[in-house]
Amino acid sequence: MDLTLKVWRQNGPQDAGRMETYPVSGVSPDMSFLEMMDMMNDQIIRNGGDPVAFDHDCREGICGMCSMFINGEAHGPNRGTTTCQLHMRSFKDGDTITIEPWRASAFPVVKDLAVDRSSFDRVIQSGGYISVNTSGETLDANAIPVPKGQADDAFSAATCIGCGACVATCKNASAMLFVSAKVSQFALLPQGQPERATRVQRMVEQMDKEGFGNCTNTGACAVECPKGIDLSNIARMNRDYLSASAKEE
Amino acid sequence: MSKSGILKSSLAKKYAMALTGLFLCLFLVGHLAGNLQLIFITGAEGQQAFNEYAQFMTTFPLVKILSYLTYASVLFHVVDGIVLTMQNRNARPVGYVKENGAANAKWASRNMGILGTIILVFLVSHMQSFWYTMHFGEIPLHNGLKDLHSVVLQFFSPENALGLVAVIGYVLAQMAVAFHLSHGFQSGFQSLGVRHAKYTPIIEWTGMAFALLVPALFAIIPIFLYITQL
Amino acid sequence: MLESKIPSGPLAEKWTSHKDHINLVNPANKRLIDVIVVGTGLAGSSASASLAEMGYNVKAFCFQDSPRRAHSIAAQGGINAAKNYQNDGDSVYRLFYDTVKGGDYRSREANVHRLAEVSTSIIDQCVAQGVPFAREYGGLLDNRSFGGVQVSRTFYAKGQTGQQLLLGAYSALSRQISKGKVEMFTRHEMMDVVVVDGKCRGIIARNLITGELERHSAHAVVLASGGYGNVFFLSTNAMGSNVSAAWKAHKKGAYMANPCFTQIHPTCIPVSGEHQSKLTLMSESLRNDGRIWVPAKKEDAEAIRKGTKRATNIAEEDRDYYLERRYPAFGNLVPRDVASRAAKERCDAGFGVNETGEAVFLDYASAFLRYGKTEASIRGLSNPSEAEIIRLGKEVVKAKYGNLFDMYKQIAADDPYETPMKIYPAVHYTMGGLWVDYNLMTSVPGLYATGEANFSDHGANRLGASALMQGLADGYFVLPYTIGDYLSDDIRTGAISADSPEFEAAEKGVQDRIDQLVNNNGTIPVDDFHRRLGRIMWNECGMSRSEVGLKQAISDIRTLREEFFRDVRVPGSAGEFNPELDKAGRVADFLELGELMCKDALERSESCGGHFREEFRTPEGEALRDDENFAFVSAWEFTGDPSESNLHKEDLKFENIELKQRSYK
Repeated sequence: MDLTLKVWRQNGPQDAGRMETYPVSGVSPDMSFLEMMDMMNDQIIRNGGDPVAFDHDCREGICGMCSMFINGEAHGPNRGTTTCQLHMRSFKDGDTITIEPWRASAFPVVKDLAVDRSSFDRVIQSGGYISVNTSGETLDANAIPVPKGQADDAFSAATCIGCGACVATCKNASAMLFVSAKVSQFALLPQGQPERATRVQRMVEQMDKEGFGNCTNTGACAVECPKGIDLSNIARMNRDYLSASAKEE
Repeated sequence: MSKSGILKSSLAKKYAMALTGLFLCLFLVGHLAGNLQLIFITGAEGQQAFNEYAQFMTTFPLVKILSYLTYASVLFHVVDGIVLTMQNRNARPVGYVKENGAANAKWASRNMGILGTIILVFLVSHMQSFWYTMHFGEIPLHNGLKDLHSVVLQFFSPENALGLVAVIGYVLAQMAVAFHLSHGFQSGFQSLGVRHAKYTPIIEWTGMAFALLVPALFAIIPIFLYITQL
Repeated sequence: MLESKIPSGPLAEKWTSHKDHINLVNPANKRLIDVIVVGTGLAGSSASASLAEMGYNVKAFCFQDSPRRAHSIAAQGGINAAKNYQNDGDSVYRLFYDTVKGGDYRSREANVHRLAEVSTSIIDQCVAQGVPFAREYGGLLDNRSFGGVQVSRTFYAKGQTGQQLLLGAYSALSRQISKGKVEMFTRHEMMDVVVVDGKCRGIIARNLITGELERHSAHAVVLASGGYGNVFFLSTNAMGSNVSAAWKAHKKGAYMANPCFTQIHPTCIPVSGEHQSKLTLMSESLRNDGRIWVPAKKEDAEAIRKGTKRATNIAEEDRDYYLERRYPAFGNLVPRDVASRAAKERCDAGFGVNETGEAVFLDYASAFLRYGKTEASIRGLSNPSEAEIIRLGKEVVKAKYGNLFDMYKQIAADDPYETPMKIYPAVHYTMGGLWVDYNLMTSVPGLYATGEANFSDHGANRLGASALMQGLADGYFVLPYTIGDYLSDDIRTGAISADSPEFEAAEKGVQDRIDQLVNNNGTIPVDDFHRRLGRIMWNECGMSRSEVGLKQAISDIRTLREEFFRDVRVPGSAGEFNPELDKAGRVADFLELGELMCKDALERSESCGGHFREEFRTPEGEALRDDENFAFVSAWEFTGDPSESNLHKEDLKFENIELKQRSYK
């Protein structure tokens, strides 16, 4: 396959950035999107140029590091996949592909396609945990039965990989899907109950502080989420926050 | 954590949007019920009934309270909407070169601000035409009541030079309302955290039905008035 | 010279009694002590969180943009613990025994027993943290079985157990970051350790965004930097996984133990072409229900390779379920090393089933039938048709392994519900690593290694679902106690200065290396060398090794290393975000490590676990151990050239387990 890539190039946070065009030839349909990027960089390096910086690590869809806005969609056109799981067989010979970084004021560009998502870490630090010491001297694991349905829902919420596709794809750059997934995981488990109210309040407060936009329920985040995190998590967070605020003394 | 979080957090703004929006949905139902008299009761009888209704709506104390609540809701919904939109703009200062929004969200949900603006423009002109006239304008009397009925008929009449424009404008505005509601109705419930595997489909269905039916019925009235006066 | 510091006393009491007698640091003094933790995977995050909770000042480092992305996240299958919730006779002793046997008797009894002891606390701890393990309908925890054992002791969260455990540890770490007890340095790479007066007192780190070098001092340094499987270029490791932290420590005096012990995982998606950048694992849990086979007739295999026949065209009697044939007692659940070698043996003999001839089938057809029948019976269907049974069976399998099947479909563009999956072994884990004593301290005082970065618990082969167990055991329950014994001497030391000549020299060394790479006037990208190194390693130091091959490999690697420093092109500058530079530094270290691995493999004239020397095998082709001469840990001391490394031997004493020829027949 021969392709034309239009790639965002930006030297650092202060640089204005611009789109640049790179032709790539000899792409195999079995390549992953990132392997195609490797190939492009290989050509750039051999020609003495400056390769395109992009984030990636596990290349099996779980670390959440890869982050490309491909042809107007987070992680490209396929559903339920990260960029590293997108294969070139999803494109046609002769296609032009536009590749941009995640765009959000809470995700400043580091270089080219790599962005800084530490705002997500700070949201988790604000309360995305159960305050228990790691002594191992807790209750026996089977002392607290959890109904299977609830445990499964908590698991589904917990599968979020923190890639930021929800923010990237939301027209408001809202982080509600990410934050609500973590809030929900603990809200659904008995272990999470003691801090349920303070957790949701702290995490929402931090989310707002980071400069994410507001949720307008377009549902785009859930469609583009590579892990299929459901909108019901956002509703649960809305509910929990309302009830936490109402009960506040 | 700040105790006033409920007043200024992003979620609080959404609650306000949802509550005012859903309240305005109720208002629409009441308003529609009154307006439908224009087509269901015709002739002198209709004129009398509608004018009595108008008189009642502008003077009865309980209705007064409701109408002030409505004004407040509209105002809050508009201001809150503007604030939210501005914040959302700031959340993405540099936009995408290529963005395929249609791939993952409905058109209406992505254009609530534009739809809302169209509705606001309509609302201003609509209130100027009827509400202002009724409250502060010069209005003929009929059987001792302000004759709003004639004002309305005149407004949507072929004899009025701009009558056809008014009808078309009104119908277009109702289309904007329909799209606005198609997202807004169920979105209001989602913002308030009302979501359930079993009941959410019912809410969504009701929302779509509401978004189709209410604006459609509103739109029928000026068309009916225009045609019957040909 | 090598002192393992294994406590005296009966095996089952060693750990308890050791904890009772080692020195402690009192809470007020802990506040005066700084600890650096490199890596934020299971071993690093858990250690950072625990140390901070105890009161130490922790600085944690990771090269990723967030601590949550460490490669522990990709572990799929599960985590072992001797809970015996399934009432199938499991116990701490059994877990200990299985692990030592599974490791082909090349691990330390005392370490493994401690691991088995604390395994149960891990599950309790994780549940308390809100890790959503799979549960049964009664609300209690579910288990599944894994290779090499005959009980069900593996706890899991679908095919994402590593992710859930890591997010648990990450949440504990985040809590300590919010309290200010852990200072987190993301997108930072450790470039060197600093040794002052014989003790490890800090590190030189590089800020990967700005390229600046930073000096960080501490009273002790913990390396939880993972394994070195990426020396093979193609592996199931993440692209960034590297040996550099461990290798830099090795060059500063920490011994490297058993570097040739590499785990080749039997169930990975086969290589599809030259462009391949990494390999994807299909969880070992798939071997619970799937059956592995190749055609029994060579002509069928050839027809499949040419595409004229499909798996479903091969009649049942023409299939060779070679694991079930060779190992009737364990069947498809033999340990990883055995399963991998058996696959290679069949493919080498010409029975491989993809274009390259390097793949075998993993077939779920009989599982669909089996589960379908049970499901039909549960639903009370009388006389269901076979199609109905298969449909029901597929639903059950989808609920159990859905995400793995989806993953396969994405990569291979083939529907595993309709045709059998194709799999082939791939590099997955490294049992070898920095030599540590019972306290997890390397041969450099004050420098610790935990998790995959050390060598201690898995011998020559790791059993499935034991890596997560070891990472968390080290980080939550072992290191936080043992490190106190060492730090109790440091309560009066005061803050360590980062201005000493040792820091100065270390930083200069790092700067020189970076300048050398950036200013090299070559033309060839880093990946090119990495790929070539990987090919040498896979061919000569992979699933089977020979004296001739290893000697050739050593000389090839040395040549390649020279070429690298002559011809590599590292674009960009040192003072910016420069992923190519990061990669170049890592590959330079791999080019030295590879040589040491080959030397270690050459030196170990026996076959054991993942180390299979062609010269040493039983008449049936199984690995032939030599306990007489090789029941020891090879600990290598760096002397300036990998091939000239000094070998130190730590004899392994087996007082509680009788050494036997490992048999899974």
